[in-house]
Amino acid sequence: MTFNYQQYLRNDNLPHIWCPGCSHGIVTKGILRAVDSLGWQKDDMCFVSGIGCASRLPGYIDANTLHTTHGRALAFATGVKMVKSNMHVVIVSGDGDSLAIGGNHFLHSCRRNIDMTLIIFNNNIYGMTGGQTSPTTPFGATTTTQPYGNIENSIDAVNLAMAAGATFVARTTAYHVTQMDKIFAQALAHKGFSVVDVMCDCWTAYGRRNSFKSQVDMLERYKDNTVRLEKWNKMSEEERAGKTPIGVFLDVQRPEYCEEQHKVIERAMSAPSEH
Amino acid sequence: MQAFDNSRGIGARKANFTPGLKLMSGNDAIAEGALYAGCRFYAGYPITPSSEVAETLAKRLPELGGYFLQMEDEIASMAAILGASLAGAKVMTATSGPGFSLKQENIGYGCIAEIPCVIVNVMRGGPSTGVPTKPSQGDVMQARWGTHGDHPIVVFTPDSIEELFWETVRAFNIAERYRTPVILLADEIIGHMRERLFLPKPATVNVQNRRRPRRDAGDYSAYQVPRSLVPVIPDYGEGYRFHVTGLAHDETGFPTNDPAVIEDQILRLHRKIDMGFNDIVKWEAYDLEDAEIVLVSYGSSARAARAAVTRLRASGKKVGLFRLKTMWPFPEQQIRKLAKQAKAIVVPEMNMGQIVLEVERLAGGACPVIAVNRVDTEMLSPKQIIKAVKEL
Repeated sequence: MTFNYQQYLRNDNLPHIWCPGCSHGIVTKGILRAVDSLGWQKDDMCFVSGIGCASRLPGYIDANTLHTTHGRALAFATGVKMVKSNMHVVIVSGDGDSLAIGGNHFLHSCRRNIDMTLIIFNNNIYGMTGGQTSPTTPFGATTTTQPYGNIENSIDAVNLAMAAGATFVARTTAYHVTQMDKIFAQALAHKGFSVVDVMCDCWTAYGRRNSFKSQVDMLERYKDNTVRLEKWNKMSEEERAGKTPIGVFLDVQRPEYCEEQHKVIERAMSAPSEH
Repeated sequence: MQAFDNSRGIGARKANFTPGLKLMSGNDAIAEGALYAGCRFYAGYPITPSSEVAETLAKRLPELGGYFLQMEDEIASMAAILGASLAGAKVMTATSGPGFSLKQENIGYGCIAEIPCVIVNVMRGGPSTGVPTKPSQGDVMQARWGTHGDHPIVVFTPDSIEELFWETVRAFNIAERYRTPVILLADEIIGHMRERLFLPKPATVNVQNRRRPRRDAGDYSAYQVPRSLVPVIPDYGEGYRFHVTGLAHDETGFPTNDPAVIEDQILRLHRKIDMGFNDIVKWEAYDLEDAEIVLVSYGSSARAARAAVTRLRASGKKVGLFRLKTMWPFPEQQIRKLAKQAKAIVVPEMNMGQIVLEVERLAGGACPVIAVNRVDTEMLSPKQIIKAVKEL
């Protein structure tokens, strides 16, 4: 039986703005399948985004949705989640949105361990603004703002999230759809701050400029250049060269922010007021 | 721990207030005013001279079932209160000059998305980090024009501890009634000084609550415009499933590029505040009836101006004070009228001359407009104002 995506979409707002060949549609469908597998009700979901291609996603989903300023989705989402802590809050964000301008909020959302899920649509480029260097653009790649080749090292969102204190951290790709579904469902169900770095493509702004013949070429490199984490852990440094590990890197429990806040409230409300 | 029942709404606890006469700092009066008005969510980042607002609320909010959140930066603080407001809370943040600059983009977001919130700026000397612990009134135009784009803004400028309390309550009420950010522009002097304040019984304080939609979710449009021009937007999670964006949007809340719809939206944002002018714009007329010389001032400078009026009156000069309690929208007609009646207008302020330009524009040459300024971080003195008046 085919999956009924329509039930989760604002069909009046379609077609979407994404370019032909963009993998954001694949990731969006993965999110909807994960939501469905968890039985989440639309009224209980809040999708929040910043600015960029991925950030238009909430507009297409029939839920509580919030399209905010560039980089600030996590901070807006924190306010929503604290007030409505029973709500499922999911943040969709590009690599520039979440790791450059929103880098500080990324670090502190991980540290705070508030029960939300950040899905990074990591296509290594600023797509909506036309192909400028992002913090995940590979060293040496050509962009409109690094026409001679990128001379900056890129950020690894997975390492950063683990270092900053996120309690669920995973990476998948738009090619590995089965794994993606599974990881999304795990991330959404996880209690605490979960981060999923999804390697996906912008052929229009990145691929063409970096000698990829087609979008299919771009997707297929994930088949060749990624390695399941279980295998990665057994590989030597030489074998790892040019490859990226995918899978669940971290899944632990630590005190969750809203719960701790509610404990503070219970303590303060039961204490005799000195006011 | 699901024991804390989020569904009953925040702030459901019986009021934990002890009315009566207090000696209180301005920053504490702001915090108390916010609590009385129903503020149950605060997000902020520490900055002098506003930090006591946060410190007091960190203790007081949880006692009332509310949330205090120290965010990673000023931008995040502003963003968090907007998210919390959309989820249904009455919200506030407090900051000072440099932090206010950082918040501006998201203040604009609050304006176009029509999200009620209160932003306190306890002004300090600038530009840049300037003088953290000394007073200034340098953010008058930043409060008006700090964001990008065309939108109205509401700014209050109280001048005493008592008024800080009541104007904070009013800031929340106006924010909720007109679905707009309201800025409370204080300064270091009134933020840090202590005065008497009679804290009322909570039930005696007039509190405006957010209007909720009555329509079913089915035939509801988030930004549908009623006669009041203020859309009725439900809270997230109430079953309406609406979209909010900082992009120009139509009645459905979804982005538009239609020039006519965009123009309508911008004009309506202005009109809804214009329509509320008499509700929003307050001033104090002090010895104005027969005044030949009119002082126009606000905040702590107005305290010096009031003292100057008293002393000048004692020496037989017919001087009065028009004090701006609401700075923006500006009381244009009132100033025009004063300019026609007065022999001269004197504008004392702790900056190089910001409100004086507005007064000058409105006077339109009907009478001379004189600026009295001070930017050495010391308070404007009555003496300085008296000297200026005597030199006229």
